[in-house]
Amino acid sequence: MVALDIKDMEIVYRHPDSLVDISTHYCPGCTHGIAHRLVAEVIDEMGLAKRTIGVASVGCSAFSYNYFDFDFVQSPHGRAPAMATGVKRSRPDRIVFTYQGDGDMISIGAGEIIAAAGRGENITVIFLNNANYGMTGGQMAPTTLPGMKTTSSPNGRDVEQTGYPILASELLATQQGASYIARRSLHDPKNIRMAKKAIRLAFETQVRGLGFSMVELLSTCPTNWHMTPANATKWLEEKMLPYYPIGDYKVHPELSELKV
Amino acid sequence: MPLRGTIVVDENLCKACELCVEACPQHVIGLNAEIITPRGFHPAHLIKDECTGCGICALVCPEAAITVYREKRGAQG
Ligand SMILES: Cc1ncc(C[n+]2csc(CCOP(=O)(O)OP(=O)(O)O)c2C)c(N)n1
Ligand code: SF4
Ligand code: SF4
Ligand code: SF4
Repeated sequence: MVALDIKDMEIVYRHPDSLVDISTHYCPGCTHGIAHRLVAEVIDEMGLAKRTIGVASVGCSAFSYNYFDFDFVQSPHGRAPAMATGVKRSRPDRIVFTYQGDGDMISIGAGEIIAAAGRGENITVIFLNNANYGMTGGQMAPTTLPGMKTTSSPNGRDVEQTGYPILASELLATQQGASYIARRSLHDPKNIRMAKKAIRLAFETQVRGLGFSMVELLSTCPTNWHMTPANATKWLEEKMLPYYPIGDYKVHPELSELKV
Repeated sequence: MPLRGTIVVDENLCKACELCVEACPQHVIGLNAEIITPRGFHPAHLIKDECTGCGICALVCPEAAITVYREKRGAQG
């Protein structure tokens, strides 16, 4: 076989410009990294880097401001939609998005997110659902599956006592102000491609001034799930997908004609 | 004959999670036990020639560590 010289080849994929070229603090195989990559790719492809402001939350992604190569602010636990509202209303020319975990967005921040969707704030929310509180050591979150063992539900989540996991996409889709609500998953190549398209549509929603957009991304937490990264993606597919069906929960008519 | 490709893994970024190893349809990626990265991992590398430059490894890589190259169409000899 003739040796290939990369100088004569075309680049099919390279590190996105909007990601800083440094090693992250995320555990090996954590899909937070995939979500970061997809957001950076979409911002690059839409040419938005110079006018984007991210809002980091509290959780493993608290440090996401270190990794995106555009402006970022950091908010208290659950308050990212409120901070994003302030940023967007004072600088409506900017593209403003929050990046939140499930513990952040639908536990301590549940009131904030429902209010932001209800107001139809013209912001975008990237919501990582890994079914636990990753940063603090894998405690039960509102999204923890029935029967799932966590450090604070060592015998498995008992729905008689702690209720059922909250379906954030279904919930937010009921809000009049919401224009684009979708759930996707990061467990395999096909679903990662679909997730990127949804992130693109969410930012298109904001660029067009259509109101609130949110993409829920089903994610792995190999460390607190006590699994290898590959087994964690299989567990996500087998256990999380049936409870959290992927799909479009709300799509503004202006978006349904868009080809991305 | 399919187009041929190759990958370059950034050893400062790779964390040896093996998601690319699992996902590669050609089964041409493995971890390189000969190298230890600055963060203490055995990085991913090509172990066989049959890479097609499909880009699937880069799609699943959480570290954006992989650059994928492919022969230009028509360049096959
Ligand atoms: C007001 C307040 N309460 C509690 C905490 C502790 N705390 C830090 S991160 C976190 C949960 C994070 O979980 P999640 O949002 O799911 O993100 P992940 O780490 O899983 O990505 C909690 C409860 C805090 N930092 N501030
Ligand atoms: S604790 Fe879980 S969510 Fe946090 S970086 Fe590690 S794998 Fe990712
Ligand atoms: S580009 Fe495709 S064939 Fe080549 S290493 Fe990556 S996944 Fe395998
Ligand atoms: S997916 Fe990325 S980080 Fe994981 S082993 Fe492959 S190159 Fe390394």
